[in-house]
Amino acid sequence: MISDIGHGALAVGTVLAVYGSIASGVGARTGRPALIESAQYAALAVFTLVTGCLLLLSYAFLTFDFSVRYVAQQTNLSTPFYYRITAVWGALEGSILLWTWMVTLYTLLVVLRHRAQRDLYPWVLSVMLGIAAFFLLVMTIPAPPFERLTPVPLDGRGLNPLLEDTGMITHPVALYLGFTGFSVPFAFALAALITGRVGDAWITITRRWTIIAWYFLSLGLLIGGWWSYHVLGWGGYWAWDPVENAACMPWLTGTAFLHSAMIQERRRMLKLWNISLVILTFSLTIFGTFLTRSGIIASVHAFTQGSIGVFFLAFLAIVLLTAFGLLAWRWDRLRAEGELDSALSRESAFLLNNVFLVAAAFTVFFGTVFPLLSEAMRGVKVSVGAPFFNQVNVPLFLSLIFLMGVGPLIAWRRASVENLKRNFLGPVLVGVAAAAALHVVGVRSALALLSLGLTVFTTATIVLDFSRAARARMRAGSRFLPAIATLLLHHNRRYGGFAIHLGILIVAVGVTGSQAWSVQTEATLRHGEAVHLAGYQVRFDGLSAEEDSTHATVIGTFTVSNGHGTPTVMRPSKKFYPQESSPIAGVDYRMGLREDLYLVLGDFARDGSQATVKAHVNRLVSWIWIGGLVLTLGAILAIVPDPQRA
Amino acid sequence: MSHRWVVRILVVAVVAGGGLGAQSATADAAQDRPPAAGTVNADAVREVAAQLRCVVCQNLSVADSPSEMANQMRGIIRDRLAAGEPPEQVVQYFVDKYGEWILLAPRGRGFNMMVWAAPVVAVLAGLIAVGVLLRRWTRPRPAPRAGGIDPVLRERIRRELESEP
Amino acid sequence: MWKWLIPLSVVPVIALLAYGFRVNPRDIPSPLVGRPAAPFALRTFDGAPVMLESLRGRVVVLNFWASWCSPACYDEAPTLERSWRSYRGRGVALVGIAIQDKQEASQKFISDFSLSFPNAPDPDGKVSVDYGVYGVPETFFIDRTGRIRLKHAGPISDELFRTEVEKLLGEPALDPSVDSQEKGG
Repeated sequence: MISDIGHGALAVGTVLAVYGSIASGVGARTGRPALIESAQYAALAVFTLVTGCLLLLSYAFLTFDFSVRYVAQQTNLSTPFYYRITAVWGALEGSILLWTWMVTLYTLLVVLRHRAQRDLYPWVLSVMLGIAAFFLLVMTIPAPPFERLTPVPLDGRGLNPLLEDTGMITHPVALYLGFTGFSVPFAFALAALITGRVGDAWITITRRWTIIAWYFLSLGLLIGGWWSYHVLGWGGYWAWDPVENAACMPWLTGTAFLHSAMIQERRRMLKLWNISLVILTFSLTIFGTFLTRSGIIASVHAFTQGSIGVFFLAFLAIVLLTAFGLLAWRWDRLRAEGELDSALSRESAFLLNNVFLVAAAFTVFFGTVFPLLSEAMRGVKVSVGAPFFNQVNVPLFLSLIFLMGVGPLIAWRRASVENLKRNFLGPVLVGVAAAAALHVVGVRSALALLSLGLTVFTTATIVLDFSRAARARMRAGSRFLPAIATLLLHHNRRYGGFAIHLGILIVAVGVTGSQAWSVQTEATLRHGEAVHLAGYQVRFDGLSAEEDSTHATVIGTFTVSNGHGTPTVMRPSKKFYPQESSPIAGVDYRMGLREDLYLVLGDFARDGSQATVKAHVNRLVSWIWIGGLVLTLGAILAIVPDPQRA
Repeated sequence: MSHRWVVRILVVAVVAGGGLGAQSATADAAQDRPPAAGTVNADAVREVAAQLRCVVCQNLSVADSPSEMANQMRGIIRDRLAAGEPPEQVVQYFVDKYGEWILLAPRGRGFNMMVWAAPVVAVLAGLIAVGVLLRRWTRPRPAPRAGGIDPVLRERIRRELESEP
Repeated sequence: MWKWLIPLSVVPVIALLAYGFRVNPRDIPSPLVGRPAAPFALRTFDGAPVMLESLRGRVVVLNFWASWCSPACYDEAPTLERSWRSYRGRGVALVGIAIQDKQEASQKFISDFSLSFPNAPDPDGKVSVDYGVYGVPETFFIDRTGRIRLKHAGPISDELFRTEVEKLLGEPALDPSVDSQEKGG
């Protein structure tokens, strides 16, 4: 029953999306508003149908309807309520459904917000419905979420235990909102190419959309890191896994676009470059989906494989060929000579920022596909992993932190020596002093000193700028808090951007600290024995076991003391799932601003007499999550309607 | 089925506080390990292990992986280092057994040079492109309308532009 | 027109990704095939010594397994026992090596399937790494000269066992001292 309704709804949705896409395009070409209007209704209908399908699938999960194959694969009768909801998008078919739903949601929002916009809008609608049509097609042919299972099993297989985590509610949702969000600027860019209105209209209109997409993508990446940190039990948050790379690449090009778009807004140049960046960013989101779902590259996050890879690759090819084909076609309109007053200006700082961001994206891309290239050309399997990516990206990211300090304060057009001195002398001194102070305190890693020195420099530029502006307000008669509030609200774009930068700097401190100063040890302890690490004493006090509906857990009890304060008890565990070949680590951790103590239970003797424990003292990792919060505040500030301009 | 069963046994054994008396394979190994193993610096082991891919997981290094296989590999690295083998030779031992695939960063030789060169080439190409564009765009050109504006006003506009974010 | 090179530059990238469909990322060829098998000396669960050295001149089949490896190892265990019974009289040695396993779980596995060929634990993983094992089950076929001739990942079938062993049995045993010195071949 559910199968039939779901299948039917998706098939109708596909047809409607294809119709809407064509109708809107034809309507725009022939100047028939009725066709465009019908496409709007199609968009609304598609959204309603996909929403219905999402609810229907959730309903199937909540009622354990194992006649739907996907439900039977992802749950069993013991899966708790909460995880039956996350299981909806826990695997391939459901994740595509969620993804499609978001595309149709964005499409509807574009209709609601921009339907008065006459020249670009019909094409935008056409492109967005085209994208939705593709995803709907995927759900009708290679990855049907409502596929029927006969005979209906009595119980299902059960959810992948790694996904039994709260992070799994938010991580995919945020990540997909980011990925799909980039379809809006992409659709506007294509519309600009098709209509030949390659001026600045599309850039101005999509600014907020881009920030929203960028923000959700950033959030998705951070939550992914958090999930990796507290679920996977290896003590880290980012492993340069191909799928993490796939999510990171559009972030890098999207960040480049956010900055270069500002040059176009202000100086009406870089038209060609901006459109290319948007095309690249959107294509990279599709590439990411392709990578995760085709199974061509082994990864922790990889879904099962099938013919779906071919669909995504074909779509990627169509997107890239069409978009860059249109770009070549409009070449003459795009290729405007730029005009700059000086190489020493904010414009060139932004250009450099773009160079480093795109170079980083290229590096990550090349590293990710290099194993394929090696196999194709040489027939040799190689791996490209964390040691490579860390080594090559560190200089790029440090350069970016430096530019992050320079860009917002250097003058547009032409920076005078005065301007440079006024804005940068102080921060440079503060940065150098900070590095020197750290050296005195005993920090010896050159990389950490450089990274923290640059971070302090950039933070100082932000503080300097903000305090200067606040003081100017206060001289004009405002009191301290109102001065700050008006400043933030009236220049929300600027200070939202600053807050985002600040968030990233805080993340950078966390990354630097955790890379440079984390320590770990592994020890096999008998009852009552203790291991010492970085001032902590971790004593093994015994094992216990529990069994619940989905799995059995063996829990180690460890008493932890650090010389002062009362000792606390930590209970890392190992979870044994019937459907999994190896146990899953249940990490226990104590988070702190300075450091986290992070315990992972290893092997143990069955009689409970001894156990192996891996203890990590991870430094400054909490800063990464705090940075994420600051970034969120900044993004909210940056997209609130500008009271002066709105 | 067989799995649920194994899990049951395990749980029962732990809860009952043993009686089976058997110990895990690694626990045995840890006891049998010669005392020399203790003399190897944990950082040295980690340095080698971080270069190697954990063969049973995806994309985690032997240093980071919590898996049993990685645990045993760390033990082998420790033993080999303790026996006086230089770290490169220990790495080479694993490459001999598993192929280049086990190295998390390809060695920068031959064909693999490409992947190491990619970031350098990308940055250089970008910098050259920006350099060329900046040269072209900052070329002095005739100022057609500027002459008409009052120089004081022009200065004010300039200042406005500079102070405005 | 060179501007059309921009869309065209996409083609090689797509082609490379399409090539990805033809390869399996989980299928990693072993560099050990064709090389002399690494010697090992283990003690079986019954306490008897088992050494590769002492099996020289015979065709050796080395099977790495674990009791936690379900269902693959459970699927192939009867095959191995069957094959062992039909070939043990013809000078074939089959040795099972349990890796990363709990002693009593391994022993239960052996008795569940009434395995009669020698099985030994590899407590610290040295033999597994010497053979470049990355998952279970994996089976190595070693010829009479002590060279690894085939590595099979995944459960083994009666047919594969038969074909490979028959092939190796048909080959003459060379003087092992010559071969064990040089590499490759």
